[in-house]
Amino acid sequence: MTTKFEVNGKQVSVDVEPRLTLADCLRHELRLTGTHIGCEHGVCGACTVLVDGEAVRSCLILAVQAEGSKITTVEGLSSDADLSPLQKSFRKHHALQCGFCTPGFITTAHALLTEEPDCDADRVREVLSGNICRCTGYIGIVEAVLDARAAYKK
Amino acid sequence: MKNTFIGQPMERREDMRFLRGRGEYVDDVAMPGLLYAVILRSSVAHGRLISIDASAALKVPGVHSVITAADMPGGPPIVPMRLQPLPEFKPFEQPVIAHDKVRYVGEPIAVVLASSVAIGEDALEAIAVEIEDLPAVADWQTAAKNKSVLFEKPGTNRSLVFQARKGDADAAFANAPYVRREHLRTGRHYGLTMEPRGVMATWDDAAGKLTVYGAAKVPFFNRRILSAQIKLPVESIEMIENDVGGGYGARGEFYPEDFLIPFAARHVRRPVKWIEDRRETLMAMNHAREEECDLEVACARDGTILAIRGEVHTDMGAYMRTNGAVGARNVSQFMAGPYRVPHVKIDSSLWMTNKTPVGTYRGPGRFEANFFLERMIDMIAADLGIDRIDFRRKNLITSAEQPYPIAHVQPTDARDEYDSGEYSETLERALKEIDWPKLSKLQGKLIDGKYHGLGVVCFIEGGGAGPKESARIEVNKDGTLSVYMGTSSVGQGVETVFAQIAADALEVPVERIHHVYHGSTAYVSDGYGAYHSRSTVMGGSAVLDATNNFMATLRQAAGKRLGCAESNVALDIDKVTGGGRSMELSEFAELTAEGAFLNKKHTYSYGAHVAHITVDARLGRIEIVDYVVVQDVGRAVNPLTVKGQVLGSLVQGLGGAVLEDLKYDENGQFLTGSLADYLLPTATDFPNLRCVVLDDYPSPINPLGVKGAGEGGIIAAGGCMANAVANALQSFGAQPLQLPLTPTYIWELVQAGQKQAAE
Repeated sequence: MTTKFEVNGKQVSVDVEPRLTLADCLRHELRLTGTHIGCEHGVCGACTVLVDGEAVRSCLILAVQAEGSKITTVEGLSSDADLSPLQKSFRKHHALQCGFCTPGFITTAHALLTEEPDCDADRVREVLSGNICRCTGYIGIVEAVLDARAAYKK
Repeated sequence: MKNTFIGQPMERREDMRFLRGRGEYVDDVAMPGLLYAVILRSSVAHGRLISIDASAALKVPGVHSVITAADMPGGPPIVPMRLQPLPEFKPFEQPVIAHDKVRYVGEPIAVVLASSVAIGEDALEAIAVEIEDLPAVADWQTAAKNKSVLFEKPGTNRSLVFQARKGDADAAFANAPYVRREHLRTGRHYGLTMEPRGVMATWDDAAGKLTVYGAAKVPFFNRRILSAQIKLPVESIEMIENDVGGGYGARGEFYPEDFLIPFAARHVRRPVKWIEDRRETLMAMNHAREEECDLEVACARDGTILAIRGEVHTDMGAYMRTNGAVGARNVSQFMAGPYRVPHVKIDSSLWMTNKTPVGTYRGPGRFEANFFLERMIDMIAADLGIDRIDFRRKNLITSAEQPYPIAHVQPTDARDEYDSGEYSETLERALKEIDWPKLSKLQGKLIDGKYHGLGVVCFIEGGGAGPKESARIEVNKDGTLSVYMGTSSVGQGVETVFAQIAADALEVPVERIHHVYHGSTAYVSDGYGAYHSRSTVMGGSAVLDATNNFMATLRQAAGKRLGCAESNVALDIDKVTGGGRSMELSEFAELTAEGAFLNKKHTYSYGAHVAHITVDARLGRIEIVDYVVVQDVGRAVNPLTVKGQVLGSLVQGLGGAVLEDLKYDENGQFLTGSLADYLLPTATDFPNLRCVVLDDYPSPINPLGVKGAGEGGIIAAGGCMANAVANALQSFGAQPLQLPLTPTYIWELVQAGQKQAAE
């Protein structure tokens, strides 16, 4: 069935099976492969995207449920010119190694800092606890998110 | 310019693509005409495979074909061992697909090829498989009875006994004034990568060429396995390493799917892709760690270790996989850790069981050995009335004793020695960092409902396995340089590290190293890969050799063109100068030279872990107040990435210490098939961790002086946490003898202590 939504500022119309997840739709129908699939049961957070500004696991919703919404993936938070302040902070604090979980952390942290630019370390850890990273031990990730807060303050 | 980049905490070049969602992992590669493979796996732990009827599955619209062992003329090929390929192991190696028996839940039985993954999964349910149940062997004790055997031909479930020997342990025990014996065990873990495995293969019928995407870790070796199995010359197979979402020892070994998918592509003459899902990877990727031991330590009354002796039993799972013997081997050789132990006798038995086969997981056998001995040291020091830190100080190997010979292991006859280091310095530094004298009065104290405990352990980490690694430097058309490597990336940052080494050696800005290519079989003549913390040691040293050869080649070519002596030719960033003349480096585009580093010795980095924890005795809950790892890595090429390795591996180790355990029931049914069952550390679990990386004692066995450093964080985490728990719960007499330290286990220790106090 046909479903329409906005991805990274562009209107898209895709013809999908009702059972197709949003994650598979983004990756394989729309070729936005920055969104990664790590568990397909909502535990690891690698597939996190923003749906109308909220961090959502795209493996747990169907593409057809996204009808009419505005979706932002890691590609939508990136530019060719340079890294964003959040991305720069991740690089500075060595907050990634293999990079597979990274898009999910970037989208989750972006949603958090957009809503709560004054959050403290405990709050950062609480929110990020829904995303699993197997490489870094989270130390650099938490430092990176805290260090990026300034860029989100109005 | 000389030596500007090595030693600098440089931000990684890899990050530019990963942070923007531009990495290309194997599932990100698209291909026209693709078929998707889905694998039917055994739901029975042990049984005779009677029949497979795929006729109904073939009628599902969108299903292209179903492949079973019957499609493989001469029967399914066997996956050979890569490490310790002993003849004793041959009967226990794994066929790429089940054909007469199934031996674990998750063993491949059939491969469905379909136009989508979803259709393939639909078709799985339509395949009728008849299996005659056999009694399951669900633990090593059952295996040891040999009543039900997995392999009828050898007739035993024990594939081998490794024997680690040094001196005469029996004689030392006979005369020892003090001996303590304990029974300890570790849980079953796995090197869970966030990216599940994936293989995509294309077959070019006209060219007779097979291309395999999704290679990782050891692509050159795997190409040789595949070449022999699929009966194609190695030149007809190209292995392509995409970005790899984590390795940890588990990813990139040759698994059954590494044959099945290329075979399928050639069989149906279509590109085929297989991407593992999480449930599948939990039961298909190598398990690790489940080891149990009876260990004896003999000491003088002053705390001098005289000898260690023991028996280790490893639950190997159903088959001897490529590197499956490493853990059982290492636990025997490294039981003595960083300590001066003149007499060692360890027998390590490998027991085949109806579980997912084991392979290496970061710190294989070393995590277990460290827990076993370090746990005992605390108990022994208490018995002898010696401070546990003084006990360690007394027994740590000194730099004057280096190189220090360690136990050799039969039947592999691996004679080995530690290379360099003053081990006590890392211990002293760790104690200083955490302020041990100040914290020591908290030991066992109950404050605000929580018992405080301190843990301390020392460790040794092996790295730098040979025999060889290759690298090649090439001039690009624009006058920049590319580095081509025989090693692989599993996400550890080797592109940055090799660029630093090459730029230093060539005395050019690091930006001139335009790209570092790695992992695929087309880049260098011969490559070995990423395991045993070897990439920087072996690959980095190969880069050095390649830069030397490159400069010699460039001097030869430029001397002729500049009309000067070769010895007068110099590389000046993007210019080549000599005899008062100058040319652009771009004029030498495609000039290339390969280099190699050959070495059979190992590097040994070392260090100490110290922890301050609290334990809630009512809930069995552990919290880390502070935790410091100090590791001497010989030389840190990039301190940023070394610290990342130490802290990242530490949290993996803490996962193994308190959370992770792959469980089976007595019928060999797998009980932990999701991330809600197999618990991993998250951001809230272990916030207070620190590390200090030292490079005071360079390795004498490679030109960079570097040592492997990817595993020190994980190796000692189990021992350190168990010692800290024992220290916290000393008023209950708690002595944890198994991992993980789950709330239930801690609660049981507390209950047992209270019961004993009441009696």
